[in-house]
Amino acid sequence: MRSARQIARRGLQLGPALTWWTVLLVVPVGLILAYSLFRRGTYGGVVYELTLDNFERVVDPIYLKVLWFSVRVALEATVVALLVGYPTAWFIATRPKRWRTFLLVLVVLPFWTSLLIRTYAWMVLLNDEGLINNTLESIGLIGSPLSLLYNEFAIVLGLVYGYLPLMVLPLYAAIERLGPDLREAAQDLGASGWRAFLTVTLPLTRSGVWAGCLFVFVPSLGNFIVPDLLGGGRSQMIGNLIQVQFLKARDWPFGATVALAVIALMTVVLLIQAWMNARDRREEVPGAV
Amino acid sequence: MTMIRTTRMRGRLATIAAAGAMATGLAACGSEIEEPATSAGATTAAAEAEAPGTEKGTLTISNWDAYTPEGLIPAFEKATGIKVKMAKHATNEEIMGKLDAADGAGYDLVFVSGPFAQALHKRGWAAPIDESKVPNLKNLYPEATELGYDPGNQYSVPYTWGTTGLCYRSDLVSEKPDSWNDLLDPADDVKGKTTMLATDRWLLLPALKQLGYSANTTDEGELEEARDLLLKTKDTLLAYDDTTFYSKLVSGEASLVEAWDGWCNYGIAENDDIEFVVPKEGADLWVDAMVVLESSPNKDAAYEFINWVLRPDSGASVVELLTYKVPNKAAMDELDPALVEQFPNLGMDPAELLQQESLQDLGDGQPTWSRIVTEITS
Amino acid sequence: MRSDGGRHWASGAVFLVTVAFLYVPIAVLIGLSFNASGLPTSWGGFTTGWYDRLFANDEILSAFRNTLIVAVCATAISVVIGTLLAFGLERTVRSRVLDAGSFVPMVIPDIVLAIALLSFYNLVFTQWMGVRLGLWSVILGHAVFGIAFVSAIVRTRLRHFDDSTVEASMDLGATELQTFRHVTLPQIAPGVIAGALVAFTLSLDEFVIAFFTAGTEVTFPIQVYSMVRFGVTPEINAAATIVVGFSLVLMLVAVRLRGQEDTA
Repeated sequence: MRSARQIARRGLQLGPALTWWTVLLVVPVGLILAYSLFRRGTYGGVVYELTLDNFERVVDPIYLKVLWFSVRVALEATVVALLVGYPTAWFIATRPKRWRTFLLVLVVLPFWTSLLIRTYAWMVLLNDEGLINNTLESIGLIGSPLSLLYNEFAIVLGLVYGYLPLMVLPLYAAIERLGPDLREAAQDLGASGWRAFLTVTLPLTRSGVWAGCLFVFVPSLGNFIVPDLLGGGRSQMIGNLIQVQFLKARDWPFGATVALAVIALMTVVLLIQAWMNARDRREEVPGAV
Repeated sequence: MTMIRTTRMRGRLATIAAAGAMATGLAACGSEIEEPATSAGATTAAAEAEAPGTEKGTLTISNWDAYTPEGLIPAFEKATGIKVKMAKHATNEEIMGKLDAADGAGYDLVFVSGPFAQALHKRGWAAPIDESKVPNLKNLYPEATELGYDPGNQYSVPYTWGTTGLCYRSDLVSEKPDSWNDLLDPADDVKGKTTMLATDRWLLLPALKQLGYSANTTDEGELEEARDLLLKTKDTLLAYDDTTFYSKLVSGEASLVEAWDGWCNYGIAENDDIEFVVPKEGADLWVDAMVVLESSPNKDAAYEFINWVLRPDSGASVVELLTYKVPNKAAMDELDPALVEQFPNLGMDPAELLQQESLQDLGDGQPTWSRIVTEITS
Repeated sequence: MRSDGGRHWASGAVFLVTVAFLYVPIAVLIGLSFNASGLPTSWGGFTTGWYDRLFANDEILSAFRNTLIVAVCATAISVVIGTLLAFGLERTVRSRVLDAGSFVPMVIPDIVLAIALLSFYNLVFTQWMGVRLGLWSVILGHAVFGIAFVSAIVRTRLRHFDDSTVEASMDLGATELQTFRHVTLPQIAPGVIAGALVAFTLSLDEFVIAFFTAGTEVTFPIQVYSMVRFGVTPEINAAATIVVGFSLVLMLVAVRLRGQEDTA
């Protein structure tokens, strides 16, 4: 039997978010996704005749190819972001306290200017006659320009560049909590620097790692600017595909179907994560050292 | 002792900061909510009560950025007393998407390309053009009243028009191009230095014309042939580019690109080795037009605006400042010959222009087109 | 005692390389903002003319002001509601469904959310209530994903929270509110700050939802994306440079203030 106090607490904590999301997310998006059951009108719009055609269309090999490419590129970007972001977050978290926020903002600051502007700047840097190739050629490292633009490398670079702070920030929050005591304790128990890291620190920052990876993977999947500009429009990602369906093809029912497929896929991943989470919580001892 | 004190102070500071931020935040947000509801001249039901019998309201227009010459709007506002609010869209598809989601409401007048004007009409959102209120329609070329997507200009009025072709650096190519094949199957010196337009209608255009098909075809067999041709071309391309292709020509990153004639002029303005040619297989006729929305409570003001745009001096300023062709005969007749010398495609005869195929909405064929484009670009 | 061992200098090195990586394009766009030639591919000489044009360009300035308003408001809302949600999910309720559900807003493709919101706003606000869309409608939309991000980050902070400090505080006679302010809040503060930074950053550069739901208002991303016709003009680069410079100055001032506070 819950006390009135506990119910009030639940209401205060969960209420605002759940209300906000029900009114401004579940209802509107649900209505749009429901379009996947209907047909496109001749000039756009929705004709309310029930059909499952869209679901048949979405499993076409071309769309699966786009999905696979997107997942692969988004994973690559996530891994690179993690490899770069973890040490960066670690460095910031281990500085004296008053510098931490400043360093965080230093890392985040570039992202307060438009991604589009910075992407164009990358195009200037990466193209065959751009700064990077020119510099490398003039110091004799390479003979002919490296192909740095309009390919997968450029897309991954662009995505990492675009979403790095979303990896660093949650990692920072998780690492900073640990404090030096925990790291010392691990060493006192005999673990060397690396082993201490792998067996103690990394697992304890797991939720930060998970959040950071999610924060980079999901937007990467849905991004359409980077593949268009840095990829030279030579590859489509899921973000482009959905955009095309809603805006260019004016095929809302099919666009809704593709979106539904992506959301469903991601929700499965989230549920698995939630399961693992619940299992962790039962296992760990709260408030350890 | 010191630790407790700093903890307490930090906590206090944090609380004050948080409270302060929230308070200012919510105050600012609150004021934002009030403002729109009370602002005058809105295009909603609330404002409709204002419009009849009162002084002219505000005209809300959506257009591409920098697509109206700088002096035009202020001159219009001064002469008519109508206030104009300019909204921007970067692509046709965006403004269509917005109108689609808002059921044709939100603006008085929009600038869109021909096929989209046609779609707006078919969805019931375009208001018929009241010719009695737009006397300057007489300034248009007769050819500009026979446009495929809206014969007789019943629900749209053309603003600019042109065609698509090959824009190239004459100093970087060994032979001057004259056929779409020069782009689709490029010579060795040009390979890897070409771009094609990324928007579906213009992506497929060169292949369709090369194969002798219509630019508005919805036949799957024809589209698949075009796709196969374009897949071969893809390996020789530098990139698909809708926006920076002309600067690539200027910098030399590219030597031969598919371009709209007006855009090629931006390149010509920077580097006079750049030239434009319409391939011998033919190209399209694209038109950017003004459409008055049926939902608008300011239709009369919209017609006045269109009338203003159709003045000879307005048309002339569009040509001078945007280096685009306008279907305004009165304006084109007054053109400075030096301008035409620098930008030869401005001198294109309307009869010649009309030999190109007018782009129209693809109707039910649109999803097939989008799918073919996905197959090419993925 | 440096118990981090060899990893310490390695993380410093990575940090430096990362910062360099992050700021190289910024350096490029700062450079381009002084480029007399309008095109990014050729240098036409040094000029401050673009800055003059920028300050005379009301459109860009008001777009930037609008973006700031939206970002601050959306962040404020996201921080409050997101933190509450984090507490709810970590402490009060153990639900795997809610746990997964709290991440779903991030997973919705932004074009879908944008169109969904516009259709919804159109039905409820425009047609029924006759209220015009504006910055407020963008704020509502941005908070939808902002709440999710803040909640996720604050939760990582709460995950291994040391409840004994809370218990100790209560045992010593502090009320719940006092405990929250003086014990809990300082410990989750880095998470809240990080979450706020994420929500703010995301809102500042968000285009799709803003474009669809801002009515005729213009935010900075909308302005920039609409200027894409010609690539990016030096004026926009100048605006971006100002953002960077201004924010940097702001942060330096904040650090100095905090430094003074710590020694007080």
